[in-house]
Amino acid sequence: MIQLFKNVNIDWLANRRLFITVSVLLMLAGLASAVIRFAVRSDPFNLGIDFKGGTVITVQFKQRPSDDDIRRALQQQGVRDAIIQRVTDRSDEVLIRLPQTAPGSGNAEDQSEVNAGRSNVTKALATFGPQVGASIIGVEAVGPVAGAALRNQAIAVTLLALVGILVYIAFRFEWTYGAAAVIAVFHDVLVTLGIFSIFHWEINLTVIAALLTLVGFSVNDTIVVFDRIRENLRLHRRDSLYKVTNDSINQTLSRTVITSGLALLSVVALVVFGGEVLRYFSLALLIGIIFGTYSSVAIASPIMVWWQQRLEPSRTPAGPARRSGGTAREPRSASSNVRRTGANAAAR
Amino acid sequence: MKKSILQRAIIIAIITIPALYLVVGPRHRPTLHDFTYAGLKQTLAENIHLGLDLRGGSYLVMQIQTDDYLKELTTNTMQGVQKAAQDAGFPVKDVHPDISNGNYRIVLEANDASKIGDIQSAIPKKVDLNDWSASASGNTITWSLTSAAQRTLSDQAVTQEYNIIYNRINSLGVAEPELATHGAQSSHQLVLQMPGVDDPQRVKELLQAQSKLDLVHVVSPPNPAPVQTYATKEEAIASLGGNVPSNREVLAYAEREEATTAATQGANKNKEKRWVVVEMPPVVGGSELRDAKAVTAFGGTSDNYQISFSLKPGGAEKFGAWTGANVNQYMGVVLNEEVKSIAFIKSQITDSGQIDGRFTKQSAEDLAMTLRSGALPARLTYLEERTVGPSLGADSIRAGVTASVVGFLLVVFFMLFYYRGSGVNAVVALLLNLILLMAALIILKATLTLPGIAGIILTIGMAVDSNVLIFERIREELHSGKTVPSAVEVGFARAFVTIIDTHVTTIVSSLFLYLFGTGPVRGFAVTLVLGLLANLFSAVYVSRTIFMWHLNRRGQHVESISI
Repeated sequence: MIQLFKNVNIDWLANRRLFITVSVLLMLAGLASAVIRFAVRSDPFNLGIDFKGGTVITVQFKQRPSDDDIRRALQQQGVRDAIIQRVTDRSDEVLIRLPQTAPGSGNAEDQSEVNAGRSNVTKALATFGPQVGASIIGVEAVGPVAGAALRNQAIAVTLLALVGILVYIAFRFEWTYGAAAVIAVFHDVLVTLGIFSIFHWEINLTVIAALLTLVGFSVNDTIVVFDRIRENLRLHRRDSLYKVTNDSINQTLSRTVITSGLALLSVVALVVFGGEVLRYFSLALLIGIIFGTYSSVAIASPIMVWWQQRLEPSRTPAGPARRSGGTAREPRSASSNVRRTGANAAAR
Repeated sequence: MKKSILQRAIIIAIITIPALYLVVGPRHRPTLHDFTYAGLKQTLAENIHLGLDLRGGSYLVMQIQTDDYLKELTTNTMQGVQKAAQDAGFPVKDVHPDISNGNYRIVLEANDASKIGDIQSAIPKKVDLNDWSASASGNTITWSLTSAAQRTLSDQAVTQEYNIIYNRINSLGVAEPELATHGAQSSHQLVLQMPGVDDPQRVKELLQAQSKLDLVHVVSPPNPAPVQTYATKEEAIASLGGNVPSNREVLAYAEREEATTAATQGANKNKEKRWVVVEMPPVVGGSELRDAKAVTAFGGTSDNYQISFSLKPGGAEKFGAWTGANVNQYMGVVLNEEVKSIAFIKSQITDSGQIDGRFTKQSAEDLAMTLRSGALPARLTYLEERTVGPSLGADSIRAGVTASVVGFLLVVFFMLFYYRGSGVNAVVALLLNLILLMAALIILKATLTLPGIAGIILTIGMAVDSNVLIFERIREELHSGKTVPSAVEVGFARAFVTIIDTHVTTIVSSLFLYLFGTGPVRGFAVTLVLGLLANLFSAVYVSRTIFMWHLNRRGQHVESISI
């Protein structure tokens, strides 16, 4: 059989300060970007037409070019993130939706916005030449599909779902485990949003779907590690939580690498082949999978260990790890390798 | 062992075969074409409902007639002014609304020009006239609705209309419709996009349905005298002395009307129509409604439905006080300017009542739904209607499908390469998971949208994870020196604890998303919950069965296993 890892023995928790520092820096960078963008353009994020509204331009063609060609022509005019939707009962018509470009929210009916959209599309269509016979037959502002009310409701519902996760994990494990898992999820979402703000990528409804997916992925990953910790705590009653946690992460490491690697592989396929419209969806998933995996090891586990140690010092005979900062290694007992865990389990 | 494998195989077949038929089976007598690639694709497209973003649907531009709203506001305010003037004992000759060319005015004529100043300062204390500018000349005062107020009120009407329409399409079960304002703000238009609906005409009518409900006092001698009705409208007006004062209204009373829907109100008039005089303003208006539902009439046939409604606390209080003071008087239920039922008040009623009208089941349900969502503040007309392609764009969807196939194949190749024989198990479980998920979506008539596909992506991710968890655990147990059958046994048992925890956590949180979320959030939750339930079956039960069968076939002393 092919095996990725054999008896790994990495002291993950020793790097907890480094992990937490990296994560805090990432979140601060995202926050800084959002604040700066808010101060300069009053828009912390690049919200798409779903959230901010924009312009719908109805174009009639004598010979309709492919959607891709239209999109390319628009991009050459500097129009990004256009949605091209065919009118199926009038086969010569196409609806082109442009997100609002002006900063601020809500003022989609701004006439200059509509005019700018019209002139950009006119220029783009002109590049097709006369034989295509494109003419603009309607230009209208449209409001957001997901207005503020819907957005707030979605956020409220997601928070409620996180409370559900917290309560369930608290019931199955300890409430510190639940809190650590939820903090890790928050971390993943904030880092992802931060990256979207830094690169000014468009956030639309598909990105929201991706965020929900990454929440699920992150929680799944964290629970797998926690589950192993719970099992090992029962098997090795004398070991410290610190050591048990490290062992558990190591024991589940090949699973983590395979699962996340496969997920990553599929999402890379989506980024590469998924096309323009799905790009932000795929990117959000990609970032989410990377950080969702990272956070179970680097955020959820250290927070849980730290919290449990404060609540239950009896389980933490190992002073050195705490004393000498992040660099010291936990002294290893004879029973610490992966093989023995299996043997113990069998003996039970 | 053998027997339990057989049992398991039967259970798997009972679940899998119908699911497979639901997904790829044609809904007509199968032809040879159905077994070709193109035929299969067509069947799939017919069986699975795709949403607006993936398949397209209808595109409706609607105009909100906000002048209706302003007109009604003017009339209501005028009634307030009239009442205030009467209560204060001012000698008033006439109060009437004057609506022309986008101007909304209330004109008050006093008998005595010298009192004009007093009236002008007294009335705004009783009636909210902040949005109106007053001017007096001779013995008349004119209040005009300012243009700024017209704008804000119209915008308010559009917002209200937006919310009501949004609620109506959602309670109709149209999956993930998109509703947005259209055109300049002053144009008062909305654009609605919805994926294919079975009966677009019904949806359009329901959106337009005004469903305005009022409870009124019917002018009539009290019970035991029968309720006073008139054969013609003219007769009713004549009883009022030839013209209708502003605190009275003459309404049609369709006793035992045949099935009418909220939408086709007034379209099929009854043969036996009478007229009644009612008092204005109504005792309680539709805005005081808390809930309305369709119920079968007591002792009636299944085609005889009623609407039962209940009132909000404020309305119930008003209604209770009024009914308490008017025992034996007649009360009418007015729906869309037509009296639906009249009953005398036996005793004080507080917070609930019924509307009789021999509704059919569908018309009663539609009507209850539109009553619940509230009356539209203004009429709605349709400006244009188109069918449109997928809002994500046909090319992006093709690209997305290509990417998904590539991603799926990568996963399959890896599983076969890394886990060898057991990898086949994983691939079978994965495919079965997708088939069961699709079958569940078809049974529930759910519509698949991109957020739903995001749910499927997470499902596949967690399904792969379940297999990896099980296989890695079996490997660990083999390393620790267990025999193959016991390693498989323990591996499944240990991994199962983890799988249950991850699945239940996600299902619990998705249930919250499903129960309290709307639109995309809900679409995501539906596929995720169904997918994970399917996965518990395919990755654990089915995969386990395949292992059992494999080990059983090779006899009791298996030395190695391909994993």
